[in-house]
Amino acid sequence: MPETLTPPESSLAQTAPAPPSGLPFWFTERATAAWHTFQSLPTPGPKDENWRYSSAGRIPLDSLHAALPANEQQEAAADEASIGLQEAAARFVFLNDRLVRADRHGLPFQIVCEPFLDALEKHGDLISPVLMQQPAELGSEKFAALHLAHVKAGLILWVPKDVVVEQPIEVFHWVTADHSAIFPHTLIFAGENASVTVIDHYRTLGDGPCLSGAVADIVANAGSRVTYAHCQELGEQATGYHLSTATVEKDARVLSFQAQLGAAFSRTENISHLRGAGSHSDMLSVAMPIGNQIVDQRTLQHHAAPHSFSDLLYKNALYDTSRTVFSGLITVDEGAHYTDAYQTCRNLLNSAEAEANSMPGLEINADQVKCSHGSTSGPVSEEELFYLKARGIPDAAARKLIVQGFLEGTLSRLDHAPLRALIEQRIEEKLSRLCVTAD
Amino acid sequence: MVNAPESDIADIKVDSIGDFTFPERNTFDAGRGLSAKTVDYICDVKQDPEWIREFRHKALEIFNSKPMPTHWATKDLESIHFDEFRYYLSDGQKPKRSWDEVPDDVKKTFERLGIPEQERKFLAGVEAQYDSEAAYSNVKKVLEDQGVIFVNSTEGLHKYPEIFKPWFGKVIPTADNKFSALNSAVFSGGSFIYVPKGVKVSHPLQAYFRINSEQFGQFERTLIIADEGSEVMYMEGCTAPKFETSTLHSAVVELVAMKGAKIQYVTVQNWSSNVFNLVTKRGIAHEDAEVRWIDCNIGSRLTMKYPGVIMKGRRARGEVISIALANTGQHQDTGAKMIHLADETTSNVISKSISIGEGRSTYRGQVHIPKHLKGCKNNTECDALLINSNSRTDTYPAISVKGNQHATQHEASVSQVSEEQIFYMRQRGLTEAEAMSLSVNGFINDLVREFPMEYSVELKRLIDLEMEGSVG
Repeated sequence: MPETLTPPESSLAQTAPAPPSGLPFWFTERATAAWHTFQSLPTPGPKDENWRYSSAGRIPLDSLHAALPANEQQEAAADEASIGLQEAAARFVFLNDRLVRADRHGLPFQIVCEPFLDALEKHGDLISPVLMQQPAELGSEKFAALHLAHVKAGLILWVPKDVVVEQPIEVFHWVTADHSAIFPHTLIFAGENASVTVIDHYRTLGDGPCLSGAVADIVANAGSRVTYAHCQELGEQATGYHLSTATVEKDARVLSFQAQLGAAFSRTENISHLRGAGSHSDMLSVAMPIGNQIVDQRTLQHHAAPHSFSDLLYKNALYDTSRTVFSGLITVDEGAHYTDAYQTCRNLLNSAEAEANSMPGLEINADQVKCSHGSTSGPVSEEELFYLKARGIPDAAARKLIVQGFLEGTLSRLDHAPLRALIEQRIEEKLSRLCVTAD
Repeated sequence: MVNAPESDIADIKVDSIGDFTFPERNTFDAGRGLSAKTVDYICDVKQDPEWIREFRHKALEIFNSKPMPTHWATKDLESIHFDEFRYYLSDGQKPKRSWDEVPDDVKKTFERLGIPEQERKFLAGVEAQYDSEAAYSNVKKVLEDQGVIFVNSTEGLHKYPEIFKPWFGKVIPTADNKFSALNSAVFSGGSFIYVPKGVKVSHPLQAYFRINSEQFGQFERTLIIADEGSEVMYMEGCTAPKFETSTLHSAVVELVAMKGAKIQYVTVQNWSSNVFNLVTKRGIAHEDAEVRWIDCNIGSRLTMKYPGVIMKGRRARGEVISIALANTGQHQDTGAKMIHLADETTSNVISKSISIGEGRSTYRGQVHIPKHLKGCKNNTECDALLINSNSRTDTYPAISVKGNQHATQHEASVSQVSEEQIFYMRQRGLTEAEAMSLSVNGFINDLVREFPMEYSVELKRLIDLEMEGSVG
């Protein structure tokens, strides 16, 4: 086991971040302003609609501090455990917001694919107009500001016009479970007709309280394709938030996928701005909370242009006394005619104590719109169970199969086979653990 | 024959249906604004018992302490200036107008809807009432024989306190929301109905023939109790536009369905488009009981109304059927609340809204199934139809399910009248407006059928009317 660091006398709520030296002026200025914003904004209260059925107080700012550098043993442990895709165009491993490994052998040479601090130094002019320029509209303005005040790790990816990156880019973010907080960033800029796939893993080293406060900025220019997946497997006592905003231009296509498997409390805010005709956004999620885990999901599909398309599918399989909150909104601006927008949230409740809350919303201001949303909550169908059991499959295995089948409906829409296989394997691992304890 | 257009109908004492006595005319006026004095004034005028006076004062305090719910509701609520209203009107202050003063569009609507001559004057506020005695005296006789109590709420609390008091304010506590508190402080008018055990009231009861202008009051308070195994249908409002000068309406309606009882509450709301209509409606359904809200909102500037059913007994059933039509300048903010508190309870919500011009319709829903229960089911469907390019619709449901013994499903869709359909009908010689209204009527047809016959006929005509001028 890695040795534990003594928590210093500092907390996320009170202590101003100490930025590394030598950063561009515009960035330190923004980070300082963000710190003031963070301090001036109140923590969202129980009356805040964006936190209904949830609580911002579950992000324990007082008892956490910005992560300190880890020791060599910990770095080695994280590096060794960073097993993901078989083949990747680039692979980065961060521990406590410091780079541990960077492999970049399979990248076309025109693209910028750098760890956050390096990119800031070399390509500040590219980053500045994109970095957190979209507001956190779904309730986490304060936590977005905290991220910007602290951010120093993550991926900056700049794919120029017409460049296609065949293999995915994989990033691991580790945090030591000793009250540390990390703030990993993911910035993906796809030039016209470019194409790229990225996966972020969020994981914990050890068992204890810690925080991952991640933000992803995705810009998909005309005709580009971006697939962005994130797989959250933080430890049992960890807290995570992930705020992702995609801007989708004319004929561009963004697919975002999330797997929520870890953390005691995980909040995700996923926004798609559809800004051009023919723009297309798929928003997919699977979550499988167990024990007392809480998964809090907020989404926005914002159609600002006519002839745009979005489709959201969130599936949650709940166990034990876990809870999920889904709040989704489709907004169609005035003039965004001929919009197709769909939103579905399905909850499969596997225990008598689990709780699923869904708030699927629509706000339509345009004409010739096809919009629908649906939400269902229910148990495993007795009929399906009977069918499987009648064929000699034991109860536990039958239930597991049904849950896998339920989640497969989302996974099958992830059009990148190795990525899908990886996430299926992570889910399988969690399910197997669950079924062992259940027997 | 009852015809007393000059009398203060707010204070008509009704012994039973169609049997009226007219008290001396009063010229009471509570003045503008709302204070403890206003409340005392109302108590004095209405000769309220002491417990009601306390109830009103407590409600006023709660009203004053509660903020406007603008953190989720529309900012338009801020344009309500509570100090500018009169909270109690009687004869001297009642708006008087002649038929000539009634706006032409209202007259035209009456014409189109085929409202009988006598009712027109009544609805337009020219005459205080019309003769209903002849038409409804049979109903009255039947009700009397069955022991059904059907009076206004003031009379209910005076004459039947032993039935009234145990349930009054119990389904909707005063502090439920700001507007239920307002109503509790200044309520007057509304109906009190008690249906004895096992009695099935065959004819729908209508405030319409209770002849009492308080039915259209600003702060009406209705309490309906259906005792074990009884059945009743109540109808409120009418399809004709009501020409109104007082612009704040805040009603509270409480329904109590005892074991095995069934209550259906039908509302057709067509206030004129300057009215804020902020209503709290809720029913309790005991074991095997059923509460159905059948609701249609066409008028008003802003309606906020989310009828609810608390399913308290095993196998209780709750249902909300809702139609909303929002034209330019209107916001229909409606929905449903389904609170499951017992095993095997089922609820169903079907909402259809139509937005025309710059109209905005909103659905807000809540479904709550706590974890110690089993076998609860909810089905929610909300469909919105947008007619013009600047029409607006929103849907904000919230569904909370605990445990693996329940099933809920929610579906919503937004659509337009298909161009293909319109083209098809126009080819067969229909004008665009005719085709449109045929289409819209088709959209809500399955819900309109839930309304009593004469309502559904009028609803159809009303939609034709609203659709005129919305196309082209």
